[in-house]
Amino acid sequence: MNNLNRLIERCIKNVLFFCAAISIFVVLLITVFVCIEGFPIIKKYGLLNFILGRKWYPLDGVFGIFPMIIGSIYVTCGALLFGVPLGVGCAIFLAEIVPKKIAKILRPGIELLAGIPSVVYGFYGLVVIVPLIKKYFGGSGFSVLAASVILTVMILPTIVNISEDAIRAVPAEYKEGSLALGATHWQTIKRVILPTARSGIMTAIVLGMGRAIGETMAVILVTGNVAKIPGSFLDPVRTLTSNIAIEMPYSAGEHTQALFATGIVLFVLIMFLNMMSTFTRSLRKGDKLSG
Amino acid sequence: MQRILLLALVVILIGGLLAGCGQDQPSNQEGQNDGAKQGEKQDEILSGTITIAGSTSVQPLSEELRKVFEEKHPDVTIYVQGGGSSAGVKAAANGTADIGAASRKLKESEKEYGLTVITIARDGIAIAVHPSNPVEGMSLEEVRKVYTGEITNWKQLGGKDAPIEVVTREEGSGTRGAFEELVMEDSKITDNAIVQPSNGAVRTTVASSENAIGFISVGFLNDEVKGLKIDGVEPTAENIVAGKYPLFRPFNYLVKGEPKGIVKAYIDFVLSEEGQKIVAKDYIPVK
Repeated sequence: MNNLNRLIERCIKNVLFFCAAISIFVVLLITVFVCIEGFPIIKKYGLLNFILGRKWYPLDGVFGIFPMIIGSIYVTCGALLFGVPLGVGCAIFLAEIVPKKIAKILRPGIELLAGIPSVVYGFYGLVVIVPLIKKYFGGSGFSVLAASVILTVMILPTIVNISEDAIRAVPAEYKEGSLALGATHWQTIKRVILPTARSGIMTAIVLGMGRAIGETMAVILVTGNVAKIPGSFLDPVRTLTSNIAIEMPYSAGEHTQALFATGIVLFVLIMFLNMMSTFTRSLRKGDKLSG
Repeated sequence: MQRILLLALVVILIGGLLAGCGQDQPSNQEGQNDGAKQGEKQDEILSGTITIAGSTSVQPLSEELRKVFEEKHPDVTIYVQGGGSSAGVKAAANGTADIGAASRKLKESEKEYGLTVITIARDGIAIAVHPSNPVEGMSLEEVRKVYTGEITNWKQLGGKDAPIEVVTREEGSGTRGAFEELVMEDSKITDNAIVQPSNGAVRTTVASSENAIGFISVGFLNDEVKGLKIDGVEPTAENIVAGKYPLFRPFNYLVKGEPKGIVKAYIDFVLSEEGQKIVAKDYIPVK
């Protein structure tokens, strides 16, 4: 009997290890594949020419993705500009202030946002947000701003959920101590709770940023996809992800390779963000109350 | 030790998986040969597989034709794949597809492959604007100047004083390729044009902006947008069949050598009255 139990135990352990191994293996497989497909063109065209080139005429053999890198950064920064105050504010409200009844409606509502397919966001943006921007701000409406607005809504669930968890994880003694000393609720939130939850909120922001930078379908529909460095928030723009998704179906030869190489750049960018998030998470452990 | 064993197991399993994928190809091939042999005996039940690859513009039409053909011949399976016109020519030439699909004529360099070209339909390219736009038509020359960025205001074309918002397709798109060949000659489409990834997205963009102009397949014209007259000719099926409307392209099926067996049966079906009726739903039939 004892032997049988040990056998089952061992089997289960191995099955679980197998599951873990598969996921790592898939990541490796994709990485290797993207690199094999993309490196030849980077080598041939030159890394700096590729990353810093400002012209993208793939059919004439001109591959410069600098406008797309800038595009991705602009769109993401815009989304964070709106999304962070909104998301963190919402998280504070949910964790500290909200009456239970309202929370019951609010929380599923925010989670629902995460479940809407991105193409639906994109289509909504195309028929509602783009004409609105055109009407009130001018330009064609296809703009960094339109993408930022759509992405703001899309990253809200990530930022709200993780920030709220971080705020709830602040030990109750801190809050009680602060209130006992005569601080108001807002003073306590501002001076005690937020500083303590700071690294958790940072993680939330970085993950939201990852989501924004990786989003494709919604962005394609509202940005106009012009491969030029935008002069303002109202100019059309093309991001790294849209560049790949738009041109991949028809591309051939070096054009395809250049799109895979775009993927490598994106991969490095996102890996960097993930590392930042791991870094801030490990910081959290050593956090002390400050301010 | 155990971990190493397990790792080995994982590798073997995945290896098996990949090998499985690889083996799909030959078994497929056998199926085709079978089909071809059986197809030669006329009037017997057709069976086997046909692979059609190429132009994504032809793809939706091939899908429609496939559905009806497979209903009539349940033992035939047809795989319709995309890839673009150039990929379609190559696939037909080197045998990876039984039928290549191209939404353009063969280039000089492609004529040496010994492909039989069968035109199954024609597709017009419409220049679409917002229905409220007072401009009714343009010359081909004017369309070109709008797309190069020489003409930037509707006033210059007899419309109201508003900047033209040029909408184009992405590099490599078959519709864009045909548009460039038919309209742009050697000039380039302006950098400032908004790029949308599909006929549908271009149409929605034009439908939601009074000052926009875009080019779409005639099959995509509807009440939301207005197709401009080009050199005074409206983009209708009759005008394209009569050769009056200048912007059209052929949808071609390409077969290595002469079509045989089920491939011939399928192409005969496409060119038959029934097949051409399906074509006529969205495109211009050839018969």
